[in-house]
Amino acid sequence: MKGYLSLQDGQSFEGTASKQWEDAIQGEIVFFTGMTGYQEVLTDPSYKDQIVVFTYPLIGNYGINEEDSESKEIQVSGVVMFQCAEAVSHYQATSTLKDYLNKHDIPFLTGVDTRSVTKAIRMEGSQQATISNDGAVPQQAAKTGQIFRVKGEGIETYGEGNMHIVFIDFGWKKSILNSLVEKGVRVSVLAFTEIEKVHELKPDGIVLSNGPGDPKDVSELLPKIKDVLDAYPAFGICMGHQVIALAYGANTKKLPFGHRGANHPVKDLATGRVFLSSQNHNYVVDEASLEETSLSMRFYNVNDDSVEGLVHKEKPIMSVQFHPEAHPGPVDAQYLFDDFFESIITKKGEKAYV
Amino acid sequence: MSKKILVIGSGPIIIGQAAEFDYSGTQGCLALREEGHEVVLVNNNPATIMTDHTIADTVYCEPLTVPSIETIIEKEQPDALLAGLGGQTALNLAVELEKAGILKKYEVELLGTSVPSIQQGEDRELFRELMSELGQPVPESEVITSVEEALKFADQVGYPVISRPAYTLGGRGGGIADHEEELKELIENGLKASPIHQVIIEKSIAGYKEIEYEIMRDQNGTCISVCNMENFDPVGVHTGDSIVVAPSQTLTDNEYQMLRKASFDIVSALEVIGGCNVQLALDPDSKNYYVIEVNPRVSRSSALASKATGYPIAKMATKLALGYHLDQLLNPLTGHTYASFEPALDYVVVKFPRWPFDKFADADRKLGTKMKATGEVMAIDRTLEGAFQKAIQSLDTSIPVLDDLEKHLTLPTDLRYFAILQLLRDGESVESIHETTKIDKFFLNALQHMVNLENQLKEYTVDSLPESLMKQAKWFGFSDKQLVDFLHAEEQEVEHLRKSMHVTASYKMVDTCAAEFEAQTNYAYSTYAGVNEIEPLPANKKALIIGSGPIRIGQGVEFDYSAVKAIESLKQSGWTTIMLNNNPETVSTDYETADRLYFEPIQKEVVSSIVEHESIDVVFTQFGGQTAINMANELEEAGIPLAGVSTSVLDALEDRDLFYAALDELDIPHVSGETCLTKSEALQAAKQYTYPMLCRPSYVIGGQGMVKVHNETELKQALNATDDRHYPIILDQFMTGKEVEVDLVADGQQVFIPGVMEHIEPAGVHSGDSMSVFPATVPGYVHQKVKEYTEKIVSHFHYKGIMNVQFLWQNEQLYVLEVNPRASRTVPIVSKVADLSLVDLATKILIDDPSVSLEEVKTGSMEHVAVKYPLFSSHALPELDHTLGANMKSTGEGMCLGNTVEEALAKVFSHLPNVYENGEAVFVEGEGFSNVSGSTLSFEEWIQTNEAAVYFNDQINAQAKERRVQALKYGVEVFSEASTFQAYLNGLTCTEPVPVSIPGKRPEGVQKV
Repeated sequence: MKGYLSLQDGQSFEGTASKQWEDAIQGEIVFFTGMTGYQEVLTDPSYKDQIVVFTYPLIGNYGINEEDSESKEIQVSGVVMFQCAEAVSHYQATSTLKDYLNKHDIPFLTGVDTRSVTKAIRMEGSQQATISNDGAVPQQAAKTGQIFRVKGEGIETYGEGNMHIVFIDFGWKKSILNSLVEKGVRVSVLAFTEIEKVHELKPDGIVLSNGPGDPKDVSELLPKIKDVLDAYPAFGICMGHQVIALAYGANTKKLPFGHRGANHPVKDLATGRVFLSSQNHNYVVDEASLEETSLSMRFYNVNDDSVEGLVHKEKPIMSVQFHPEAHPGPVDAQYLFDDFFESIITKKGEKAYV
Repeated sequence: MSKKILVIGSGPIIIGQAAEFDYSGTQGCLALREEGHEVVLVNNNPATIMTDHTIADTVYCEPLTVPSIETIIEKEQPDALLAGLGGQTALNLAVELEKAGILKKYEVELLGTSVPSIQQGEDRELFRELMSELGQPVPESEVITSVEEALKFADQVGYPVISRPAYTLGGRGGGIADHEEELKELIENGLKASPIHQVIIEKSIAGYKEIEYEIMRDQNGTCISVCNMENFDPVGVHTGDSIVVAPSQTLTDNEYQMLRKASFDIVSALEVIGGCNVQLALDPDSKNYYVIEVNPRVSRSSALASKATGYPIAKMATKLALGYHLDQLLNPLTGHTYASFEPALDYVVVKFPRWPFDKFADADRKLGTKMKATGEVMAIDRTLEGAFQKAIQSLDTSIPVLDDLEKHLTLPTDLRYFAILQLLRDGESVESIHETTKIDKFFLNALQHMVNLENQLKEYTVDSLPESLMKQAKWFGFSDKQLVDFLHAEEQEVEHLRKSMHVTASYKMVDTCAAEFEAQTNYAYSTYAGVNEIEPLPANKKALIIGSGPIRIGQGVEFDYSAVKAIESLKQSGWTTIMLNNNPETVSTDYETADRLYFEPIQKEVVSSIVEHESIDVVFTQFGGQTAINMANELEEAGIPLAGVSTSVLDALEDRDLFYAALDELDIPHVSGETCLTKSEALQAAKQYTYPMLCRPSYVIGGQGMVKVHNETELKQALNATDDRHYPIILDQFMTGKEVEVDLVADGQQVFIPGVMEHIEPAGVHSGDSMSVFPATVPGYVHQKVKEYTEKIVSHFHYKGIMNVQFLWQNEQLYVLEVNPRASRTVPIVSKVADLSLVDLATKILIDDPSVSLEEVKTGSMEHVAVKYPLFSSHALPELDHTLGANMKSTGEGMCLGNTVEEALAKVFSHLPNVYENGEAVFVEGEGFSNVSGSTLSFEEWIQTNEAAVYFNDQINAQAKERRVQALKYGVEVFSEASTFQAYLNGLTCTEPVPVSIPGKRPEGVQKV
């Protein structure tokens, strides 16, 4: 059955549809160039409402397993691939990718020239797109406010330990939680909409999670968030990083087609070293807007010089645009979690118990 | 500040160390020059691009030994040494030079990874200690120095066990032992092969997934992984003999990152500066893994990774060795991003080894931990099936009919891939093949897909084939030629049908970043899966140069040299150049060499598509060895414009009957002979001649299947062993005498001959296996006759371009043996010694450059004489008797220059002791050497002694053969021809050879008077 990926700008790509759909499926079209990690991408809440194109032509090779999902469900609206493996051989696999997508009723296309789609996105910028059987073009306006739909409710607690971290939820990835819990700390996950409850939880530090969409969706809550940030050592990741920047008066802007993939070089000005990072974001902190703020740049992207991370000039606050928790992608920046715990200990002036 | 930097190359091509080091060495030298440094190169491989003055300022073709390098250091006084580009040979030399205090004495700084780090990476014991400190698992193993220790270890951990001698290349002397007897022999040989008499014995982890990472690290500690690769063949087959796929296909992101991190931890602990290869084994059923080994230098795998990703590892490694950081270097493929990133691929790459077994019917085809392949091909496509098929098409070999399919799976042999396909065709299940071979089912499924498609195709004819199936077939890399068999049609009909369906090749870019950034690259591959994105190059005059494919016996790196020189020459003349080749190890497939590179199988369909796509003006087939020239007919038939003479002339030169008739007409003496179309014709014809005769098949490389027959029985044997496609067979009267040959350039009338090359061994020894002297000191009448005959041939055929002519010289008479209407193996040697690029000259003539007149061309002064010598890779194929004959057996060649022939010979044999001073070193079995005393022990006793170093035996009998093979196994130098042995003795008369550099400086076009 034929299927089409149609971009807002009129470009159309033919492929094979996973089934007959009643209506066209619309979402923002983004590409992921990593060669592994499709399961993590599909389940990462930051991809909410997006149609993801896997540029690498062979997807699904090792199937789907019970360990590697970043959340409990598939977050993307649609998937575009060249080849999707029919059979799997990996010892952990419990399903093929095809069966998994079908089971969760996620529309997908195969047989698409994913390289030319990637080029189209690179040249024309990220935009709305549809997956359909008839080539219908995007009709609806882009959805907004994704973070309100992916965040959880109430407070959930994970891990055990003397140190207590509140993990502010904008649509968190499991790997961030794992990176914290592995250090032997207790983590309370709290939706960002209930930010004022942080004080009641008396944390030793807070981590602001990743999340989908525009960071300015949280504008109304910024004063409350700043209030919390002023009080505790903090570490922001991706959306969390952007929110920290906004809270202290910096600005964010949209990139032409975002950063996604597992091979983004980032320079850490503190060590002088470059490491490879996993990334997934459309928005970025505007470097010029940092000037009047109490934040300074610690990390930048080697490819396009964009801001990749900040530190607060006085307070123990650090934030990164990339994903130190990896999954998918390199684990090169895991050391930043240690840095974060260091900062908590230094602040408390107490003996380390991590 | 400009420095003088000494670069050590890897030497002659042998199995385990091939053209990849010409590629990396060339890149390295160019990178040094780009930074303003002066390059002094030592590399005794004359066939390489690297040893050309366009690459290095001063070039020494001198022995790669400590004393030899020391004299060069003394003479040149370099500031620094770069050894990370010349394979294991150069790395070992750097360690030895450091240990001997030579680097300190002459204040030479070692660039890149330090000696202690190299030792930690290479010395098995130090490496294991480091792994243990880092908590990186290595297979249970022990470093041993005796057979007894090995047996004890095997008793503890159980068989099979693997033996890996320390400091050897290509797994030399290593292997797997299944029982005690096998282990004893393996360890004895292994200890001998290791320069430090050390072997690591290891528990076998055969069956694990074998994964490699190519890592770069700079002085500042930044690490990147350029590429990871997964072997189709699980652990147990040497990675050089494995089919390799990039990137890894069956690893989850977790596994990928786990092994990447392990590699980073190891490379960081070793403080590598530059490139490093890490090999790991991953349990297919858990996250357990083992570190197999690291190579703290650029390697065969790094060359492959460079070509697979577009990331120039050797060039960047050189800059890192000079102190740059990765984020200070631009990624040359995009031109605006930096080298501190990791390539993302949006295609699949398959590497397939090229083995020499088509040349050696007697060789043991079993693959194991010791590498046997001479070269490799690489293929790129958007499907795995397509990449597999394109790789097979690139091999340029025919697959024998297979019997006993299971045997190929279990041993395994080089034919395992083909046996699996056959089993699948026969209905065997993927599951059962997986059980037998442990090859991941993901890969086997790809093979199953191809077989399924074959079965579907068989149900149609050219008239009924649906478009969807044609598309699918092309997605899966089936060539038009392959479809012929399924559709029962001519290739032309298939092509016509395909085009009528608008199923044509698209071209895509290798850009390192999967289209994420805009790239300027000129590196392209074809696919039927997707739209075209490569626009034809805008140009007035466009040339396509056809390369020579994988390195194999008879067609080595020398043909890559010719192709690269032709490109250089064409560029100088304002042409736009396009390269077609499929060998990832070479300079010609460096995307910086030509204006555009198509990494594709060398097939008519491919050439036609590119010619059509790019609107090529002319195709060059003279500079890609026999592979390229063999295509000339097909291409001409397809109406493709070829440079040089028409194929009718090529046929007239290569068809024995036509050629002999022409020689008769021109009154040029030739040996008598006959062309026979069938076996019975040959047997009939033979009756008119006296034995011995030379029986030579057509359309072969390096005298493959060529034999000297002494009687009718032997002739019958030879005829039976010849494939139908190698008919007609030529029967020539065998004549004794000397052989001389020339490489010449002709313009249709005039001939330019830079000099005559004389073989040391008598006629009957393949020119590729004989030692030879250039320029030869032959009498004037030889020069005269060579000139007279070649001029006659050239003007008769109006031949234009480059040509090699071989003569037999007997009793003051010269006979023409054969003409090769293409650049030959000796072109780089002649060009370098005569300080005149023959390829450049020939190219200019082929494009009708009016400024070139052959009358005015002059060679350099040729103050020195060169001796070329063959190398046989007996370490990889120890079961073979390397006697010299009509069938070429050597894998590579070396060259040394001297003021006299004796001085050059002294250098050639400098690694051997002086048998006049130490009689116990030599054992002589043969006539004519009464002046050499030799050992008085029995052969069996002598071979066991530590002194045993030189063995001469020119007898033709079973015992002689057995002894020669045994001597080779013991690492003894074997001479099987009296003339070669005499040459070695002659060399001993020169006691203090002085280093001599190759004449000339960086040339600018054709030199004129």
